[in-house]
Amino acid sequence: MTGQLAFWSPGEQVSLREAFGRVLCHLGETRSDFWLFDADVAGGTGAKPFADRFPGRVVQFGIAEQNMVAAAAGFAEGNCIPVVAGFASFLMMRAHEQFRTAVAYPGRNVKVCCSHVGVDVGPDGATAQMVEDLAVTRSIPNVTVVVPADANELMLAVPEVLDLDGPVYMRIGRSPAPVVFDRDHRFRIGRATVLADGRDAAIVATGTLVARAVSAAETLRREGVAVRVINLSTIKPLDRDTLLAAARDTGAIVTAEDHNRHGGMGGAVCEFLSQHHPVPVEVVGIDDRFGTSGEAEDLCRHFGLTAADLVAATRRVLARKP
Amino acid sequence: MNKLFETAQSIRAEALKMIHAAGSGHPGGSLSCADLLAALYFDELRVRPDRPDWPERDRFVLSKGHAAPAYYAALGLRGYFPREQFSSFRRLGGLLQGHPEVTTPGVDAPSGSLGMGLSQGLGMAHAARVCGRPTRVYVLLGDGDMEEGNTWEALMAAPHQGITRLVALLDANGLQGDGPVEAQMDYGPAPEKLAAFGWRVQEIDGHDLGEILDALAAAREAGDAPTFVVARTVKGKGVSFMEHDNGWHGSRGLTPGELETALEELEGSAR
Repeated sequence: MTGQLAFWSPGEQVSLREAFGRVLCHLGETRSDFWLFDADVAGGTGAKPFADRFPGRVVQFGIAEQNMVAAAAGFAEGNCIPVVAGFASFLMMRAHEQFRTAVAYPGRNVKVCCSHVGVDVGPDGATAQMVEDLAVTRSIPNVTVVVPADANELMLAVPEVLDLDGPVYMRIGRSPAPVVFDRDHRFRIGRATVLADGRDAAIVATGTLVARAVSAAETLRREGVAVRVINLSTIKPLDRDTLLAAARDTGAIVTAEDHNRHGGMGGAVCEFLSQHHPVPVEVVGIDDRFGTSGEAEDLCRHFGLTAADLVAATRRVLARKP
Repeated sequence: MNKLFETAQSIRAEALKMIHAAGSGHPGGSLSCADLLAALYFDELRVRPDRPDWPERDRFVLSKGHAAPAYYAALGLRGYFPREQFSSFRRLGGLLQGHPEVTTPGVDAPSGSLGMGLSQGLGMAHAARVCGRPTRVYVLLGDGDMEEGNTWEALMAAPHQGITRLVALLDANGLQGDGPVEAQMDYGPAPEKLAAFGWRVQEIDGHDLGEILDALAAAREAGDAPTFVVARTVKGKGVSFMEHDNGWHGSRGLTPGELETALEELEGSAR
């Protein structure tokens, strides 16, 4: 007998890595096709409850991420799914070539799931705060890039990620973040969701910036500005239809991400819209700087990633509308 | 054994013909591992060329991917694809890429960037273990692989993780891209270091087919540790003007005259 997967209530503050551990444990009861690949960080990635409950389904590599990722490629060749969990800086950056050449090139069914991303990492500082992961993963052919917005969406996303036959990079997150979606939310890879409608401008947000985008839209609505809020939970492949509709209907786009402004989700949106429906875009993100120590919430203020920053960016983009 | 030697010489000849036709490739390191490839593909590996994706097959990873011409020759001669495909080596739209990729029938892993092969083999051995398959995994490395940190991570991991059906073969020809291993980065003494890492180590003459077969048989018998075969080889083996000459590492083709001389030598010794 397997229990029901327990979701959180909208508004609760929950770390996505906690949701990661919870959903892995739940799926571990019902499916036997995946294994956890760990580099001595299960406690940090949130995967520890799974490791404790299913010790026979953990392959421990010690602190050797290059070997782990290349071994995951070989493991997947044998029709077993490795869920490779780690901190983005140490996993996706150090083993980037192994991911590119051994995993993505042959299209291996490997799932790389990284907990420590963006300045959401908090006090550990710049070495652990990977603000480049979306850029270096979405530029690799064959790779699907998934960024859940909250704990509930993450739990809905993981089974879809496991069911997709091919390499996936999934961004998780470390610090507690507000739950946006309820259990009835429908998550589909490659499909964005519209959380609020509006025709004055659209905020396209990803990850923990989605909750801030919702809050920014509420502020703007009180001022009479109707903002569409889009949760872009798949960075690659892009949901072109939803982005095109937003550009056509609003003529003004704000993108929001906890990532370098260069090469991230905002870049992906600009690459697409500039060719298919050019409109003014304000890219909100980290302005090509390294992170620094501090509490996650303080860092969001420091780097300009708050709801107030999104309100200001929306005003700027509205002023640029022809 | 004579038949296996003839096969090894055919692998050498076909590899050189491929490199000549393509105008580039890596003759030196292809010739040095031809005997190892012959022993693997024509004696040791449980594979079915008619069904390259047979799940229970043994796996082979060419970590030193630049020896692709010899690898393709072995696969083609073993029947994975028609020999006519040899002429597609390094050509746009060709089946045989400059370095191995998995769409080529018989190729189990991509390579061409040194240091990743042993890890991929390790992962394959893990999958076979958790699925209860009898698969054994063989990885062929070059000297350059031994200078990559990734290789040493895998060397550390396999004994620790209790992986036993994994055999690494080192084509130790002593020369790398720009010069002798001792000058560029001396990773030795390999047998002592590998033994200290927990591998069952055998050191052999990598051109003595009897020693190669014995080493592979011993590896199959050993159930307590992964096996590392340090095969001492000669870069350019079998072609007098290429042996020990690192000018034949790569990037240059062969003139028609050079190819003719090389093929005559190989045929003469095989006879």
